[in-house]
Amino acid sequence: MNWISIGSLSDIPRRGARCVATPEGKVAVFRTQDDQVYAIDDHCPHKGGPLSQGIVHGAAVTCPLHNWVISLETGKALGADEGAVRTIPVKREGEHLFIALEALASRAA
Amino acid sequence: MTEKLVIIGNGMAPGRMLEHLLERAPGRYQVTIFNAEPRVNYDRIMLSPVLSGEKAYEEIIIHGDGWYIANNITLYKGHKIVSIDRQAKTVTSDHGVTEPYDKLVIATGSVPFIIPVPGHNLPGVLTYRDLDDVRAMMLAAQSRSKAVVIGGGLLGLEAAAGLSAQGMDVTVLHVMPTLMERQLDPAAGYLLQRAVEERGIKVITKANTQAITGNGKVEQVELADGTIIPATLVVMAVGIRPNAAIAKEAGIAVNRGIVVDAGMRSNDPDIYALGECAEVSGQVYGLVAPLYEMARVTASQLAGDEAAAFVHSDTPTKLKVTGIELFSLGDFADGDDRQEIVLRDASAGVYKRLVLKDDRIIGTVLYGETSDGAWFNDLKKKQTDISQMRDTLIFGQSYQGGAPLDPMAAVAALPDDAEICGCNGVCKGKITGAITAKGLTSLDDVRAHTKASASCGSCTGLVEKLMVLTIGDKYNPAAVQPMCGCTTLGHDEVRRLIKAKHLKTIPAVMQELEWTTSCGCAKCRPALNYYLVCDWPDDYADDYQSRFINERVHANIQKDGTYSVVPRMWGGVTNAAELRAIADVVDKFEIPMVKVTGGQRIDMLGIRKEDLPAVWADLGQAGFVSGHAYAKGLRTVKTCVGSDWCRFGTQDSTGLGIRIEKFMWGSWTPAKVKMAVSGCPRNCAEATCKDVGVICVDSGYEIHFAGAAGLDIKGTEVLGLVKTEDEALEHIVALTQMYREQGRYLERIYKWAKRIGISEIKRQIMDDADKRKAYYERFVFSQKFAQVDPWSERVSGKDKHEFRPLASVGFAEAAE
Repeated sequence: MNWISIGSLSDIPRRGARCVATPEGKVAVFRTQDDQVYAIDDHCPHKGGPLSQGIVHGAAVTCPLHNWVISLETGKALGADEGAVRTIPVKREGEHLFIALEALASRAA
Repeated sequence: MTEKLVIIGNGMAPGRMLEHLLERAPGRYQVTIFNAEPRVNYDRIMLSPVLSGEKAYEEIIIHGDGWYIANNITLYKGHKIVSIDRQAKTVTSDHGVTEPYDKLVIATGSVPFIIPVPGHNLPGVLTYRDLDDVRAMMLAAQSRSKAVVIGGGLLGLEAAAGLSAQGMDVTVLHVMPTLMERQLDPAAGYLLQRAVEERGIKVITKANTQAITGNGKVEQVELADGTIIPATLVVMAVGIRPNAAIAKEAGIAVNRGIVVDAGMRSNDPDIYALGECAEVSGQVYGLVAPLYEMARVTASQLAGDEAAAFVHSDTPTKLKVTGIELFSLGDFADGDDRQEIVLRDASAGVYKRLVLKDDRIIGTVLYGETSDGAWFNDLKKKQTDISQMRDTLIFGQSYQGGAPLDPMAAVAALPDDAEICGCNGVCKGKITGAITAKGLTSLDDVRAHTKASASCGSCTGLVEKLMVLTIGDKYNPAAVQPMCGCTTLGHDEVRRLIKAKHLKTIPAVMQELEWTTSCGCAKCRPALNYYLVCDWPDDYADDYQSRFINERVHANIQKDGTYSVVPRMWGGVTNAAELRAIADVVDKFEIPMVKVTGGQRIDMLGIRKEDLPAVWADLGQAGFVSGHAYAKGLRTVKTCVGSDWCRFGTQDSTGLGIRIEKFMWGSWTPAKVKMAVSGCPRNCAEATCKDVGVICVDSGYEIHFAGAAGLDIKGTEVLGLVKTEDEALEHIVALTQMYREQGRYLERIYKWAKRIGISEIKRQIMDDADKRKAYYERFVFSQKFAQVDPWSERVSGKDKHEFRPLASVGFAEAAE
């Protein structure tokens, strides 16, 4: 995988998210209360709301537009809603965070 | 002496006939059956559930081997009869067995129709008729590849659903414009197509198959319009025709099927025919109900009852695809002598149509909700005159009878497709269905599963009535609603315990009050944050990650993810310098929309998040601060021009409004608070529908509260009359603080007042001076920590991570 450095853990508040601008659109990178890091497309499967702006609880985020709850692990809507958002591979080496983007990887290949 | 009865075919019709015969004339016949299929009698109707994997073959057997032995019946499995010798009265099978008969029953069923397109005999082209076909399809489905089903009728759709359930990518080709056009009218056909497509099955209507091609096996299907659909499996389900070849060769009269009289007897008096191969009064049949009727008649005839006669009756059609409710009966073509009653609920996918002639039902199509099918069938069969119940007929059996007497009965009488929630387009049936199917017992559950009352909430009462109707005592609206799914405690309980236990952080609340989740949810976290901000203004560190985005970035998120910005205009008063500053900001940041709000200020919409701090910096230089248009807090204080300008003005309403706003801005409240001050009872500032309003009169200031002009419209209640501006401010502040301390998060003042009681609020604020002063002091104390302009804080760099992307990656590569 082609890992791209995006910054460090402390750049993201706990129970919060930051965006990474990519040619594939905005990627929302989340940090949970227990410092797990997840990356998903910043685009709610419901009406495209910016998930990075939502309230983070556990390993899930509630979309700011219509309160869909999206799992950060699977990208799937939780509860009674149905839908899914793309998850993006993310890894942490110490403080440093990296994501892998498919399109970029194939371009590099 | 026992007679010899030979039956050709061992499907459901002869099986049922034998059951009747054994009952009516036990021991009369010595029975021999020749079955071309190498197995016993099974329920062919249940092949679809076998194909979809919902049932096993063993579960659909009607007569096992033991049944034949017990009834002394000889069953030749896998023997196909190749000839009938009517002179010798014998039949001969392909394995060379010849059997004499006294009476012969032909029950050879039907054969699937194969469209003679090029490639129809390629390996991989199947029909859907018997268990062997199903097993072949299930084998093919293991490849998880693409299948084409030709035929969008009952069988084709069941095959498609089954193959899809087995993991294949399925396309249905149907030559007509809508699916199942023989059983459904176009409207129901359309709903069916939508439901089928929602299961991931592609449907192409008006599809003329031109050829099936492939190198030694099926590879693709070509349509007349040039469309090419890749497929490794093609299932032909375009129809069946009676299998009468053996009878024809024997010289028995055959038209479309074997011609029989009402006693199921052919033109050879010793030979009967029944099932799909038989033709009675010019009709052939494919559904099980008339075939069973034929079985009854044939058995009676064989038992010696020569009066037994087959009478045609319409049979309802039902589709055996899990989750698709469909019922069709009788004649539903349009006609001048016919009338129809139609009920539609597009969002719930319900469609019902009754076709009437001379006040009697002659046809019924039900889609999505078919529970009244049996009742309609009954009315049609009995030729019941429906003119007396015509108005409510289509709502079904439950809604016939007297007029609704009380609101509960009225809700009960609503048709299932009556829209309950206008915001989300949810009908009654969907709500009650979800309550029952999912065992829902709380309003929150119903909201989660159906979305009913989850948006504006104005239909909550109706939804609650439906819950009572559906589950009775199990729904107890008086029971404390938990704050959210993370706790069993209600808002009031949580607030009380926060004070009693001196809980001063969100983790402390969750720990002490035994939250069931590790860090709450988007419902409880903002509520807890507010309660802690309100109760411990000096000690509690506001947790921004528990605030809704608008309060976190101090602007209003819009549907496209941009933000709107509303600076404060004290009392709605502005000047040239402020307007110039706004105009400059609009130009500089190319703000696409500028709008005057209902609260007498100016809204700039469509601002990119990244630009917010710069917008605020420019606005701040002109003296603007945040208008908190996004906050559960003090929003606007609307005013009229009052005694300064107005010839009717009694007091300086503008001045009082500005004073109140400057005193109270920045305070957080359970829900938003909008105020107004009118200079006279003409009430130009519309103070009597606000959370708090003041009507100035000659003798002083009349303080109002608990109005609403949103989801609900409600005039204000009068708190009381005070003489001076200072008193007015003190009372209003004390009232607001009381609400801050007691209100549940997101509960507006009018709802809080209704819960607490107007008189109790008057007593504490108007009559109890000590209480009022204490409230006032607590508000003033908390303002020390609240009155910080959030915009200037952020211009100075606070929370800058909120407004910048973490990184920008990949664009360099993209440019290469």
